[in-house]
Amino acid sequence: MDKKLLMRGSQVIGEAAIRAGCRFYAGYHITPQNELPEFMSGAMANLKDGTFIQAESELAAINMVLGASMAGARAMTSSSSPGISLKQEGISFLAASELPAVIVNTMRGGPGLGNIAPSQGDYFQATRGGGHGDYRTIVLAPAYGQELADLTRKAFEYADRYRTPVMILADGMMGQMMEPVIFPDPVNLSELPSKLWILNGAKERPSRIIKSLILSPVAMEEHNWKLARKYEAISGEIACAETYMTEDARLVIVAYGTAARIAKGAIKRAREMGLKVGLLRPVTLWPFPGRAIREMSRLIKDFLVFEMNTGQMVEDVRLSLEGRSNTHFYGRPGGVVSTPDEIGRVISSLYYRRRLEED
Amino acid sequence: MEKVVFKRPRYMKEAPFHYCPGCGHSIIHRLMAEVIEELGIGEKTIGVPPAGCAVLAYDYFDIDMGEAPHGRGAAVATGIKRTLPDKIVFSYQGDGDIAAIGTAETIHAANRGENITVIFVNNSCYGMTGGQMAPTTLLDQNSTTTPGGRDKDRDGTPIDLSEMLALTQGAVYIERTAVNSIKNIRKTKKAITKAFKIQMAGLGFSLVEILSPCPTNWKMSPIDACRWIDEDVAQTFPLKVIKDETD
Ligand code: SF4
Repeated sequence: MDKKLLMRGSQVIGEAAIRAGCRFYAGYHITPQNELPEFMSGAMANLKDGTFIQAESELAAINMVLGASMAGARAMTSSSSPGISLKQEGISFLAASELPAVIVNTMRGGPGLGNIAPSQGDYFQATRGGGHGDYRTIVLAPAYGQELADLTRKAFEYADRYRTPVMILADGMMGQMMEPVIFPDPVNLSELPSKLWILNGAKERPSRIIKSLILSPVAMEEHNWKLARKYEAISGEIACAETYMTEDARLVIVAYGTAARIAKGAIKRAREMGLKVGLLRPVTLWPFPGRAIREMSRLIKDFLVFEMNTGQMVEDVRLSLEGRSNTHFYGRPGGVVSTPDEIGRVISSLYYRRRLEED
Repeated sequence: MEKVVFKRPRYMKEAPFHYCPGCGHSIIHRLMAEVIEELGIGEKTIGVPPAGCAVLAYDYFDIDMGEAPHGRGAAVATGIKRTLPDKIVFSYQGDGDIAAIGTAETIHAANRGENITVIFVNNSCYGMTGGQMAPTTLLDQNSTTTPGGRDKDRDGTPIDLSEMLALTQGAVYIERTAVNSIKNIRKTKKAITKAFKIQMAGLGFSLVEILSPCPTNWKMSPIDACRWIDEDVAQTFPLKVIKDETD
């Protein structure tokens, strides 16, 4: 199917999830992503094997997803920042029990109740695991309507392939924006590799246990190392970034999601002024595409990290560069959305201050 | 010829229980395994153990088992059951798990009429963590967090979770039993059987609350603990059918 459809971001995620074979959704509504549970309620009602549950709480929602995942379903929940904090218990259990699930965080301004404006304040929470214990969550950061669809499909694939929770990290801007999207064909669930670990009744096979309690420290250590090896494999296999006008760049902006789109607009303006500026946009936030940045540092001596927060991803950029190049930061937290003009001014002032126009 | 009068139920693993001597969990586990065998549902039953003394239930039941975070048994069971409606799904929860940290999950599962069975083991304290006050701790009962006994003004009164759940439209069958005497053990097995049968018939939410001795934290001999259930615990939590919509 290659028909272009004009849809709101939150609904794009929902439609893409259904096409990815998601048959279980439990959620608790919170602005700015209410359109997603609303969409899922209708979509699941139209499927004979679909389940939608409006859960009594974020905790219940993520734990229903935990159960559905144990039973073999492609399962999803969604929320926005304060709700995602509440889900962290379940995300930690999913990671520990090696269960696939997709969690959508449409970020809003924080901390606390914050506001309902677009923000990127949850980068640390998303990429550092978020809940308790030594684990990671795959984090995908879409920037365009089409990417919301494509990365939602990927999220379910990664979750199953690595048996681990995957987070789609969007923001209020992306959730609300209407954009044309071409959806991939629906997955045929019967063609997916069968899951030989699920709980579906111990018929003609030994009984199975899915758990995260490992009382022996030695066995728990081994489980942690097993997870660590898996995370290392994931890091080597799926780290991904988009580059834009970096070939001749003297300054590279590093930004993801909505911030990257704003940065693109700013880069276009800077280019019109003759400034050689490019963009590196991490598509996976964990694993972080550090190698792409490190390789770039051979030619680029100045990176400007732009985030809609007070500076979170900038730490990963610095860690990736290991001092090879200069890292600069510009951020607007709290739900303030910069204009391309504003970022253009930040770019040009940095450009001239660093004398990047000189050969 | 030898006649077998007592044997390990088919769906119990060959593993010695870690429970304290005189603990009710061992009896309840056995009853459940017997019922699962008698109903012929061992190959399609999925259990959800709690956090608490019974967290290791998966080491004893020879059926598929999936651990829930503390209090979330009903939510996890909901996710499993909705995904596999033809399977039999139960959660096994203690009083602190179900009536404190997991109250919301339980009430809403009952209210949705989830077609699951909940085994609610009430020993009026938090066993595994060492005997702190539970929502079900009796007035004046000693615990490690109620010096001088549970005080109504300071600590509130024991919560009647089963009676509360009975108020929901979705709850079909709720009975409170005990495992402190042979008679009560038999009644408990009957109640567990009925609860599973209700689920097999697709009728909705069923729950059996079982008053269970915790001699360790009650600081009593097993025999005194059984006696105390009759004399005190069952006075606050009367043994009875609390709701039965199948009559
Ligand atoms: S502490 Fe109490 S509930 Fe726990 S195993 Fe011992 S007797 Fe049983």
